[in-house]
Amino acid sequence: MTKTAVSCQGLVKRYGPVLAVDGLDLEVFEGECFGMLGPNGAGKTTTIEMIQGLLEPDQGTVRVLDLSWEGHERELRQRMGTQLQETRLPEKLTVKETVTLFRSFYREGHTVDEVLDKVELQEKRDTWVSKLSGGQRQRLAVACALVSTPDILFLDEPTTGLDPQSRRRLWDIIAAFRSSGGTVLLTTHHMEEAEQLCDRVAIVDQGTIIALGSPRALIASLGAEDVVEYALESECQIGHAELGALPGVQQVHSDDGRTVLTVTRVHQAVPALMKFLMERGAELSELVTHHATLEDVFLSLTGRHLRDE
Amino acid sequence: MSEWRGGPLLQLTLWRLREFLREPEALFWVFAFPILLALALGIAFKNRGPATVRVAVEQGVGAQELQAVLDSASGIEAVTLPQQIAGDRLRNGRVALVVRPGESIEYVFDSTRNEGNLARLVVHNAIQEAAGRRDVWEVRDRRINEPGSRYIDFLIPGLIGMNIMGTGLWGVGYGIVKQRTHKLVKRLLASPVRKSQYMLSHVLARLVFLVFEVTAVLAFGHYVFGVPVRGTLAAIAVVSFLGAMAFAGLGLLVASRARTIEGVSGLMNLVMVPMWIFSGIFFAYSNFPEALHPIILALPLTALNDALRGVILDGASLSSQAGLLAIVAAWGLASFGVALKIFRWE
Repeated sequence: MTKTAVSCQGLVKRYGPVLAVDGLDLEVFEGECFGMLGPNGAGKTTTIEMIQGLLEPDQGTVRVLDLSWEGHERELRQRMGTQLQETRLPEKLTVKETVTLFRSFYREGHTVDEVLDKVELQEKRDTWVSKLSGGQRQRLAVACALVSTPDILFLDEPTTGLDPQSRRRLWDIIAAFRSSGGTVLLTTHHMEEAEQLCDRVAIVDQGTIIALGSPRALIASLGAEDVVEYALESECQIGHAELGALPGVQQVHSDDGRTVLTVTRVHQAVPALMKFLMERGAELSELVTHHATLEDVFLSLTGRHLRDE
Repeated sequence: MSEWRGGPLLQLTLWRLREFLREPEALFWVFAFPILLALALGIAFKNRGPATVRVAVEQGVGAQELQAVLDSASGIEAVTLPQQIAGDRLRNGRVALVVRPGESIEYVFDSTRNEGNLARLVVHNAIQEAAGRRDVWEVRDRRINEPGSRYIDFLIPGLIGMNIMGTGLWGVGYGIVKQRTHKLVKRLLASPVRKSQYMLSHVLARLVFLVFEVTAVLAFGHYVFGVPVRGTLAAIAVVSFLGAMAFAGLGLLVASRARTIEGVSGLMNLVMVPMWIFSGIFFAYSNFPEALHPIILALPLTALNDALRGVILDGASLSSQAGLLAIVAAWGLASFGVALKIFRWE
């Protein structure tokens, strides 16, 4: 039987007139890696901070490890590990001193050396934080979260702003924690991260969860495994209905001059599309196909991209 | 767990100490600056011997005799000049008095200026004595210039007080606001560390530096300028400790809600500037109008400076300073109390 590590019901948080979190329900099971995926400003950070007892919800209830924050704050803080978005660790402390500082807050946990081994910062142990790269700083932040051998790990945008290699190293660290039986709740606006790391993903938009499931199930819910994206040389009025009638095409979106088709049978859909466009005398300037991702799920649900870049 | 690490309070305090020691600028302002200030002011206001009176003798009949009389008197520097030039020098202050020889000698001077009046007395005395006047009552001079009553003696305890105020406000206030803007306070809040331990660590770190900063300035004053240390070191330590607590409390208070470094800097100046002016660091507050004295005396730095001067210069006992120490302690308790109530952790 799977136990619940985090459960919240009807979470609401307002900042003045802005409704940051709008009646959000969430359940995370013990031992799973759960991701909240959504664009910036979707309310992910507000939600994860309410779950961590750092922000008071305006409405709703939060339980972590089957305890409420009321009356169990000290125990919960001993049992959780956290990495917050935008925390800047003390610049003038060394890596070892920083981990030692955080280790001193907990009754039980790893030795400093064990944690430094885990996050591969052993050779930087006597380096000042100010001299670390972005990826090393982020690994140090995760080391401070892991030092207590937490039951649950909260990570808020752990790899934002990192290069692909640093990102992968962090994924390995998080995966190692999971395989040792820990529960992870993370937020990200990076769909590849969610697909790689998470057992289940909640897609968050405008303060609520709009879709929930394993990455595979979410992608399958599109009813199509592939995405065909094209752009034309010149403006040409083509109705979505006509495109939708092509073989294998499930959904049609227009997005900034590009047309996005989600398709089931790419080997039939693409030739049909080419023929259809040629008949209309439309000239392609670009044609891309790729396997469907969580990004496409988000696009199909909201008509917007996860990242506006 | 074999490695020794101590509890969170120790680690939090070590963090504060390390950050401070690794910041050369902070070290300069806390240790070097007050000593340089003491050195500069100590030299500028070094007590000189009895002042020399500069006077001019107008050319004319009898000028030569007068010049000889004034030359033989001590403490007078006289020159003989044409009338025009002597007048010019008097106006621009290069001489304090012009002696005009003649049937009856004339003194030309500005009676609203101290130097003019002094020069008249000294010159008059020299001329009359040379002419044969004798004192009717025998007197003796005993000159004093003893440590404890010079400007540097006044200054050193004031600088110690100023330093305790500055480092208390900066050390605690700036440190906390910096940690808040870096989201470190929030990060600590997410860990099981107690809020009281966090605040206490800032105060403890202050106390460690207090020992060094008070000792540095006091030892400098004592060994370089011979400033007397008449009270017991224990009494000085108690007064400094109370002062440091009071200003750590004020530091906590100014930092309790400020979100930005700029915001807290403004608040700190608002607190410190009036005390720099009024609390008797560089000059006695008795120079200010009587009506202001009750307000000035209620300021924590005024009380701290008075108590420091009491124990350092006069060797006063702690009990005789109880009233002043009560003012300092009251400020500390009140600001700690309010700060704890309104402190913003996020």
